[in-house]
Amino acid sequence: MSARAALATALDRIERYDEDIGALLEVDAAGAAARAAELDRSESHGALHGMPFVVKANMCIEGRIASCGSRMLEGYRAPYTASAVQRLIDEGAVPIGIANMDEFAFGSSGENSSFGSTRNPWDLSRAPGGSSSGSAAAVAARMVPFALGSDTGGSVRQPAALCGVTGYKPTYGVVSRHGLIAFGSSLDAVGVLATSAADVERVLAVISGADERDATSALRAPFEPAPARTDLRGLRVGLPREYFPADLDGRVRQPLEQALDDLRRLGAELVELDLPTTRHAIAAYYVVATAEASSNLARYDGVRYGARIAGDGSLQGMFAATRGAAFGAEALRRILLGTYVLSSGYYDAWYLRALKVRRAILRDFQAAFERVDVLAAPTSPTPAFRLGEKLSDPLAMYLCDVLTVPTSLAGLPAISVPCGCAAEDGVELPVGLQLIGPAFEDARVLSVARCYQAATEHHRRLPPLVAGGVA
Amino acid sequence: MNAAWNAVIGLEVHCQLATASKLFCACRNAFGEPPNTLVCPLCTGQPGALPVLNREALELGLRAALALGCEVAARSKFDRKHYFYCDLPKGYQISQYDQPLCSGGGLTLATGKRVRLKRIHLEEDAGKAIHDRGQVTLVDLNRAGVPLIECVSEPDISTPAEAHEYLSALKEILQFAGVSECDMEKGSLRCDVNVSVHRAGTPLGTKVELKNLNSFAHVVAALEYEIRRQIEAYESGEPSRAPVQETRLFDVQRGETRTMRAKEDAHDYRYFPDPDLPPFHVTREHLERARAHLPELPAARRKRYTDTLGLCEYDAGVMTSSRALADYFEATLRFSSSAKDVANWLGNEVLALFKDPSSGVRAVDELTFKPFDLAQLIELADSGKTNRAGARTILRAMCSTPKAPRELLRDLGLEQIEDTAQLERWCREVLAGSERIVAEVRGGNEKALGALIGPVMKLSGGKAKPQAVRDLLGRLIAERGSAG
Repeated sequence: MSARAALATALDRIERYDEDIGALLEVDAAGAAARAAELDRSESHGALHGMPFVVKANMCIEGRIASCGSRMLEGYRAPYTASAVQRLIDEGAVPIGIANMDEFAFGSSGENSSFGSTRNPWDLSRAPGGSSSGSAAAVAARMVPFALGSDTGGSVRQPAALCGVTGYKPTYGVVSRHGLIAFGSSLDAVGVLATSAADVERVLAVISGADERDATSALRAPFEPAPARTDLRGLRVGLPREYFPADLDGRVRQPLEQALDDLRRLGAELVELDLPTTRHAIAAYYVVATAEASSNLARYDGVRYGARIAGDGSLQGMFAATRGAAFGAEALRRILLGTYVLSSGYYDAWYLRALKVRRAILRDFQAAFERVDVLAAPTSPTPAFRLGEKLSDPLAMYLCDVLTVPTSLAGLPAISVPCGCAAEDGVELPVGLQLIGPAFEDARVLSVARCYQAATEHHRRLPPLVAGGVA
Repeated sequence: MNAAWNAVIGLEVHCQLATASKLFCACRNAFGEPPNTLVCPLCTGQPGALPVLNREALELGLRAALALGCEVAARSKFDRKHYFYCDLPKGYQISQYDQPLCSGGGLTLATGKRVRLKRIHLEEDAGKAIHDRGQVTLVDLNRAGVPLIECVSEPDISTPAEAHEYLSALKEILQFAGVSECDMEKGSLRCDVNVSVHRAGTPLGTKVELKNLNSFAHVVAALEYEIRRQIEAYESGEPSRAPVQETRLFDVQRGETRTMRAKEDAHDYRYFPDPDLPPFHVTREHLERARAHLPELPAARRKRYTDTLGLCEYDAGVMTSSRALADYFEATLRFSSSAKDVANWLGNEVLALFKDPSSGVRAVDELTFKPFDLAQLIELADSGKTNRAGARTILRAMCSTPKAPRELLRDLGLEQIEDTAQLERWCREVLAGSERIVAEVRGGNEKALGALIGPVMKLSGGKAKPQAVRDLLGRLIAERGSAG
């Protein structure tokens, strides 16, 4: 398929669906057309020749919007291109738009965007999940074959689950963070949303590998997919009891149990085990992540770029007025939390203790991986919830991440794959199966997901809105 | 009573490292460029840009540690220090908090007193806010991200004079080691002071921090003022006057210090490990490379100059007043047999050039002639091919033309007059008009002869050899005497 044809399809679907869904903040049709024409003229074709994609608004593409879904950076255009995006461009992929997101990646519904909520393509009254809301919705509506997102505590996996697409968070350090606008630097991972694990692998092979511009990127060769497996014989799959509580939402439990049966039928051996530190993960995560966020967001002061509000005319007054007015409620809440836990007198009790919990969580996972090859769990405690449902209850929103933050704290690779739907009020709502592997065993996790998808059809199901229009 | 008071002084010295590029990005590290021309996404705090440690900065930091005898930590890390200011692009400075590059070490003053170092750590410089342009504040980020080391002394210093000596010695060592230019005017060396006073045998007084010290002289003046202020405050016995823990600014015009920031306004910097920069390990290879690049330090050089080259203490001190001069001295020595002559020429004539704006050169690195040329010039003077004045004229000419000293000697006509007949004519001319002096000389006042040499030199256009003139004059006066 020519780059121009692929682009035409993408633009056509954006035209048709995005008015309802609101996945994209900006579409660069002219720039993408020029690039596609250039690619088609060129004699050598890259690994992702002509594939259109969108990028979450917290990743830099020179000259494009990098607003992070925030008033603070409204109108800010990136002066350089993120490493991951550049590698995609170099392999012939075509960036066509910037995807909506929760402000600075703070949120699990997409509703914290300063530029309006993205809607879930499966039910426009529901949230797509977040914070990579636009990226997940754009892929779910088949506007693009893949999107880049970022996952700090589940921000790729959770919206992937709620939108019925495949979402991957690589091992920390496998993909360069250069050009990814920081939320929690020790947790942030560039992730991929696509319609299959196989497509994730194609993208990951391009964007992974050491980058001298990111001191935390792993000094490793780029990712290579494992050979295809026809079954899962010999694979031990751990089921952490803490991820399957007795009160797990029945709408999630039922498709998930079906998925576990499928894994067993493919030959996997299922092993129940314990990850006892799981219950401390949310608390530890919201200390570490907010501490880092409060620091990373200190640069938005109105001096050099972005919003500026004069305030009382003094310098400190300008800082206060700008930050007070241009950050949304959730950003302010996290900055305050993070500032508090790093304050002198509180640092040891909060930040240092959270780091201890973090190490304990990692040890828990390491012990588990001595017994099993991968872990299986739900991605999200619930299917897509209604827009507005959790907006006034931050704690309920934080609990959306309860199944994804432990892996983020441990820096492990994890994928969410569609594993069926729950029916509610006459609509089908996708449910995600999460597979987690040991650090740097990205190929293992993805090959298990690929095998599962080869044997099932869930990832091929389309939201009703687009089912008629997508061949 | 004042004799019973002791001052307790500690210094925090910031030095910009003489690296090619900034601490965490590839921007050039340079002074005096147009504002905001040495910047990139990282050092302007653009979202998404990440710091990567400059290995050269690490090496210079290690070199400083070795030069000052510090203990280098095997593992070290960077922390973020948070505060809001318009010249701090990220809202935090990347510094080192609880695991600095090195600790311990120190240096010894001339009295033999040891001033210990607490630690040296690496950090990035902030930009520069310019407030004197009317309503607006301008920000120049060329300096943002320039590598610094902060050298923190123990409070071992007792007097302003010791503070001055410590600073001079520290600067000399860091300059020699090639770590930093240590030029206060360019801001590549900056100093904050902590000072308290107490009576001997009693607990330490309240510590006050002094800022805005832009020269060593300011450090001394501020300390003198502040020590006096604190002693007077304690002696007044008024609790309201007792020194409080605060930061005070030195007012250069008035020679006073005044409150800038009280303790309760002190920042909570919220230090925490920078998650963008993994802790780094200083390996044996790092240390060995730093050691290999560590040149002979000034104290060692001075000793060698006196012990093996036979210079006096004073000349050895002058020759080691900067690394550039010491290196030039040694390079010239390779072409010259007399260390004393070279030291004399460099210490007197060449340094005089730097002080004279009309010479066009202000520092060793601006000299256009090579050590070989200087050695040649010294040779011309020593061998009597020209006199001192002539040699000085040639030296000046060497600053503006690439010609060799020998060529200049000829071109400028500065060869000493060897023609005795001509010399004799000038001497006779002078003697004819100086009967009174001649009489004095004849009367036994040998010194009076000196007054006749000048006029002869003048007639010769400075080309006569003074000793020859003196001899000739003596002979002619004697001859006259016997003839008359």
